[in-house]
Amino acid sequence: MTNVSMTVNGRPVSADVEPRTLLVEYLRENIGLTGTHVGCDTSQCGACVIHVDGKSVKSCTMLAVQAAGCEVTTIEGLANGDDLHPMQAAFRENHGLQCGFCTPGMVMSAVDLVTKNPDLTDTEIRDGLEGNICRCTGYHNIVKSVRAGSNAMKAAE
Amino acid sequence: MNDTGIGASVRRKEDFRFLTGQGTYTDDINRPGQTYGYILRSPVAHAKINGIDLAEAKAAPGVVAIFTGDDMQVGSIPCGWGVNNKDGSPMNEPPHPALAQGKVRHVGDQVAIVIAESYAEARAAAELIDVDYEELPAVADLATALDQSTLVHDEAPGNLCYDWEIGEEAQVNAIFESAHHVTSMDIVNNRLVPNAMEPRAAIGEYDSATGEYTLYTTSQNPHVIRLLMGAFVLQIPEHKLRVVAPDVGGGFGSKIFHYAEEAIVTWAAQKVRRPIKWRAERSESFLSDAHGRDHVTKAELALDQDGKFIGLRCYTKANMGAYLSTFSTCVPTYLHATLLAGVYTTPAIYCNVKAVFTNTVPVDAYRGAGRPEATYLLERLVDRAARETGMSQSEIRRKNFIPEDAFPYQTPVALQYDSGNYTATLDRAEELADVAGFQARRSEAASRGKLRGLGYSTYVEACGIAPSAVVGSLGARAGLFESANIRVHPTGSVTVYTGSHSHGQGHETTFAQLVSDSLGIPIENVDISHGDTNKVAFGMGTYGSRSLAVGGEAIMKALDKVITKSKKIAAHVLEADSADIEFKDGKFTVAGTDREMAFGDVALTAYVPHNFPHDELEPGLEEQAFYDPMNFTYPAGCHICEVEIDPDTGVVEVVAMTAMDDVGRVINPMIVEGQIHGGLAQGIGQALMEGARYDDDGQLLTGSYMDYCMPRADDLPDFKVGTTTTLCTHNSLGVKGCGEVGAIGSPPAVINAVVDALWDQGVRDIAMPATPNAVWNALNGAKTAMAAE
Repeated sequence: MTNVSMTVNGRPVSADVEPRTLLVEYLRENIGLTGTHVGCDTSQCGACVIHVDGKSVKSCTMLAVQAAGCEVTTIEGLANGDDLHPMQAAFRENHGLQCGFCTPGMVMSAVDLVTKNPDLTDTEIRDGLEGNICRCTGYHNIVKSVRAGSNAMKAAE
Repeated sequence: MNDTGIGASVRRKEDFRFLTGQGTYTDDINRPGQTYGYILRSPVAHAKINGIDLAEAKAAPGVVAIFTGDDMQVGSIPCGWGVNNKDGSPMNEPPHPALAQGKVRHVGDQVAIVIAESYAEARAAAELIDVDYEELPAVADLATALDQSTLVHDEAPGNLCYDWEIGEEAQVNAIFESAHHVTSMDIVNNRLVPNAMEPRAAIGEYDSATGEYTLYTTSQNPHVIRLLMGAFVLQIPEHKLRVVAPDVGGGFGSKIFHYAEEAIVTWAAQKVRRPIKWRAERSESFLSDAHGRDHVTKAELALDQDGKFIGLRCYTKANMGAYLSTFSTCVPTYLHATLLAGVYTTPAIYCNVKAVFTNTVPVDAYRGAGRPEATYLLERLVDRAARETGMSQSEIRRKNFIPEDAFPYQTPVALQYDSGNYTATLDRAEELADVAGFQARRSEAASRGKLRGLGYSTYVEACGIAPSAVVGSLGARAGLFESANIRVHPTGSVTVYTGSHSHGQGHETTFAQLVSDSLGIPIENVDISHGDTNKVAFGMGTYGSRSLAVGGEAIMKALDKVITKSKKIAAHVLEADSADIEFKDGKFTVAGTDREMAFGDVALTAYVPHNFPHDELEPGLEEQAFYDPMNFTYPAGCHICEVEIDPDTGVVEVVAMTAMDDVGRVINPMIVEGQIHGGLAQGIGQALMEGARYDDDGQLLTGSYMDYCMPRADDLPDFKVGTTTTLCTHNSLGVKGCGEVGAIGSPPAVINAVVDALWDQGVRDIAMPATPNAVWNALNGAKTAMAAE
């Protein structure tokens, strides 16, 4: 067992885990944050995307020990109480989610994407979400949501 | 219309929890004292099990127990639909054990469950189990399975499940003899893996103090699981078995069925007296979720000299996989062959279906279930017939449409369509797709070296499953009604308990709109409860685009009862006759007076009565209704696809996808459009990207997202969708269902567009999925491996 400590959503957390523990397992099973999902075992689907030190990461592809000492943000840390982050609000307004399973990863990827480039074309949004699979929406409303979320994030600055 | 009522694009009530990571999916649930189960699966497609050595695994760290088929002697997993052979004899229905009984029949078949303190320990211990497999030849290929000497089940000679037919073969053959023109095609409907993003999971729990079992599971229909597992597999009576399907991350049909793992963890939880959680890894999902489609058909369309369709005959082989999954047997028959009239007046139709066992994962309903297969073969035939007879794609369809004034229309294959206007839908689709401008776009594409094609599909489907009397006569072993319970609370808020289940469809919003609209109360005052057999009395669940057309109608019926009782209460308080009470905008009024009572006051009165006449009026305000539809509903539409193909690479780009669908009355346009988008993506996925492939030994070659091509954001265009409306004539809402239309209508539109783009290059057909490799090979005159099959 190894003790792994990090800051998750602004809160210091710590747990003793086996060295092989994935970051997503650490978050879901040790810290109890089940908003980050596991949809595949080959790092394809993106349901587990979170931010580590401000960058989007597939948390199934990183060991918990690699994130020791890092600042981690999960979907649970995005909203301010009942006030949704502009990207979350845009997904709601534009029906960018159906079953909700891919949504946490999709939203975290989208935030990272538009933070890096606030002026994405629709084609760039589609390319940028290539690592997040959604089976419900056909992506049409996700693209619309990301565009609207991007505009709202710009307006909020 | 109030702004949260019928017709409003109300933003979804469920979204806040999903967007903030507060959804509760099965794998998010952890029970006190929980253990973890790992299912050991067969690595081979077909083998005798000569022995299983558990000694080393049992001694591994953390192991609580290991069970095999020898331990788990329970009932067979039942099939929900009996289909008779054409001679009237029943289908072949071999046993379907939860854990293998001496033989494994597909890669992924369940051999043992290892229960340990952690998932990692369970998985590590499973590696130590030594199974002595005596490998047998595998029956992996659908097209040749009937001719193989190897039997998947000794009980099923020739690997035949049933040999079924509809229509008069001799009569149809006679029509073909005299036909002016016959179009013939060999059509493959490719095997798909549903791939809901949430992998299946289950937690079994047993309370020795009460003798009660609880199963948390990723299901579209918890009551059906309770019935099938409780009554047939484990013999647990309903009052001792609770099934909870909490938030479910997509289903698309694949979470209808009762799966072995549900029975295994429930049964084993009683043995170890601790909760057991099992969750599938994605690679397990590929090997254990029921697959979809997988038909091979010889299809022929007969036309007269005027281009009218005069006969259709089809011979289909449908893959059942290794065992009969819950709805598997009805998919190629009653959900496929009965749709072969399509939107056309074809007067004589014959279809023969041979259902076939193979050493592959069971095959069952996947979004559309039978209807996409029917639509695909019909619309490919119609497309080809137009080319062979020199008609345009629009003309051949218009000439053969069931006319608007012919409804109700009795098809020659059992169904009676209640309403539709296929010409109007086609007109609107052609307009939205700008078909008139296509030649200019094609020329422009050609100037860039691209081949541009346009493809049509006009379809009808039967959903709102199902009128119990009709499906009962066709072999369904249960009626397919739905229930609703409306509980009005003392201060006028409402909880609706529905037997439908939402796993992305937005019922918590759409159903609440029905209540808000009907009772005139704010939508915030309405909650929809579903997915727990301890809360909802009974229900048949969600599949076949039935939730609104059947479940929603049950809610309307219960609302009617609530209003009727409320009128009695208002009449009592207002000292009037209940026949004189009018209800509008949330107020009960004595007709012709200004004496009124708000809905909330009626609710409160119901719970704090002082002087109700006891023989006429009971306290409380809660009503239950069951709704059994008179008929299926018949959504229909026209999908038009435009593709551009790069002849150098074979890459097909969908540059425009237009869907014009008649789904009856629309309750929430935003949600309906979202459902259509999702269906279109799955249809385009089937046409261009997705295909489950087995090798000759029965190994699944496409067992992960590295090999099975899922549509991603950059594979798809923005969609152009619209609706036309003819109302369903046999339900009060006039609704038809929208969940499956996208996946039913779109695949032939895409393939017809690809063929259109390639036609002048000499290509006449291309199999799904039309991958770059397949297209490039077709263009270059070489046969691809896929097309050769």
